[in-house]
Amino acid sequence: MKKLIAWFDERIPMTKTWNIHLAQYPAPKNFNFWYLFGVLAMLVLVNQILTGIWLTMNYVPSADGAFASVEYIMRDIDYGWLLRYMHSTGASAFFVVVYLHMFRGMMYGSYQKPRELLWVFGMLIFLVLMAEAFMGYLLPWGQMSYWGAQVIISLFGAIPIIGDDLTLWIRGDYVISGATLNRFFALHVIALPLVLVILVFLHIIALHEVGSNNPEGINIKKPKGSVPEEEKPKFKFHERFTNKYDIVDAFPFFPYYVVKDLVGIGIFLFLFCYVIFFAPAMGGLFLEPPNFEPANPLKTPEHIAPVWYFTPFYAILRAVPDKLLGVILMFGAIVALFLLPWIDRGKVRSIRYRCGFHKVNLTLFVISFIALGYLGLKPATEVYTFFARVFTFLYFAFFVFLFFYSKNENTKPVPERITK
Amino acid sequence: MKQFLKTTLLVAATIWSVAGFAAGPTVPLDEAKVDLHDKASLQRGAQLFMNYCLGCHSMEYQRYNRTFNDLGIPEDLGEANLQFTGEKVGDLITNAMPTEAAGAWFGTAAPDLTLVARVRGADWIYTYLRSFYVDESRPFGVNNTVFPNVGMPHVLQELQGVPRKTTEQRMIDGEMQDVYVGIKTDGSGMLSESEYDQAMLDLTNFLVYTGEPMLLEQRRLGWKVFGFLLVFTILAWLLKREFFKDVKKK
Repeated sequence: MKKLIAWFDERIPMTKTWNIHLAQYPAPKNFNFWYLFGVLAMLVLVNQILTGIWLTMNYVPSADGAFASVEYIMRDIDYGWLLRYMHSTGASAFFVVVYLHMFRGMMYGSYQKPRELLWVFGMLIFLVLMAEAFMGYLLPWGQMSYWGAQVIISLFGAIPIIGDDLTLWIRGDYVISGATLNRFFALHVIALPLVLVILVFLHIIALHEVGSNNPEGINIKKPKGSVPEEEKPKFKFHERFTNKYDIVDAFPFFPYYVVKDLVGIGIFLFLFCYVIFFAPAMGGLFLEPPNFEPANPLKTPEHIAPVWYFTPFYAILRAVPDKLLGVILMFGAIVALFLLPWIDRGKVRSIRYRCGFHKVNLTLFVISFIALGYLGLKPATEVYTFFARVFTFLYFAFFVFLFFYSKNENTKPVPERITK
Repeated sequence: MKQFLKTTLLVAATIWSVAGFAAGPTVPLDEAKVDLHDKASLQRGAQLFMNYCLGCHSMEYQRYNRTFNDLGIPEDLGEANLQFTGEKVGDLITNAMPTEAAGAWFGTAAPDLTLVARVRGADWIYTYLRSFYVDESRPFGVNNTVFPNVGMPHVLQELQGVPRKTTEQRMIDGEMQDVYVGIKTDGSGMLSESEYDQAMLDLTNFLVYTGEPMLLEQRRLGWKVFGFLLVFTILAWLLKREFFKDVKKK
């Protein structure tokens, strides 16, 4: 066995990679609950890819066959319903864990220098994930698949001059049709997943280059020679990390955080499996009832709502009376997140040591996001539109306020070391 | 942190309740107490569907033999008594009505009913089936309170009798007024009112089954998966505790 490993190590950096990224990677010792969601996102990604492969084996990507083939999978394929529910629940679970993962980053300042690029890669993953989910939702070819896609694609028509040609180019037809379904299928099963996997790879490479942040927002890399020998952890870290720095308050990712994450994964799977086996439609949130009716281009549903994970942005779109301005604001909501590392000019990372106003600001941001998500599910009545405008304002106000107060923020003193 | 979570939840809950006064459906729906374990009810529902509904409504994603097996009907009995269109027992439950002709006859083709329970919900179907009433202004002489101006005739009239909207004289604010009290039949049907309700519950039950024929298997497997996860999580936790002993030491 040792000989075999040596044989490989001479030809490919096997043991070295394992050590740098797992067995001798220094992870801060104070990771809490919020640090689970990265690993969970990876788990869900694997789930989506595996169940997706098996679904593709029986799915028929054509306007005539798509709806019936999904029901064929649900009824005639052994455990086909399980694969389908794992995939449809996985889509929603992906957004749950990614939103929580992003919130963690915002709370502990994980986007701040030197982790700007790490954050940008993460945002790119989020963007591709939204495209992936949107295209996947067309594939069952139900009423909501069809009309939801109709609404979203027509948004591009609001762009001046090129708008109409652009929507035509995306659809491949004058209306959503089999041509649209086929290209969305191609993008959903190969193009976007490939990009997604590459981006996840880059996200992790970038993370391991700069090192993990932690709930205290304190750097665990200290200048070389500044830490007395007896205060250093008694674990072996890879020389790539210890050459330049003294590492404190950390232990290796493998096995310690791996076994800890296993517990978290077990608890997550309880919730995940509850949905799969006992509430796959999740009260109409994960699978919308009108989507059990085949797509009918001649029959517009009374109320078209996107799936829940898009509704915060959909509510922002609808809150603006002008269509083009609405589209700009909707994309602006995502652009603002991209720019977060530069909007936040603060030097202190963790919310624990930032000013009281920052806590209020972030709380209001979270409330706005959840409220917009709720409002996006509802029909646009006068009252709802009013609320949507208030929360849209608060959503953007978060970034504006942050830009100003973060420059000369009244922060609490940050400890030198992680004490817990 | 705890304070932060608390405030977030509290404010979110307030918004939820403020925003939550959306209008429901216009007609209150009766609760359908469906029971997928009640095979006798499902069998009666299947019988009603094959005899009264299948003429116009197909069930094109569901197979005969799957239905017979799930409902505990021997295949030869099912083939002899519940299949009227000369299909094989392994075929999908389709019908012979041409879509275009149906459009001409009824204004729109009768929708496929395999998944109707997932689209509308059991309560809607149960209430709808019991909400036809005489309305001479409509082409078929009947209308429906749950689905106004519905395009289909009251196919089950021979079972229910002739249903009419009924009013009652009641004392309101010191005056006698006519108050709508619901739909009553004239008793000319083959079934009594409670028998008709039960028959419609059976039919609803059957449609709930065809919407998700895997539902019982799904739940059974769910409990087994929970059992596995419980063992897995406990073992993972013990493993974690064991490993973290050296972290605490160092």
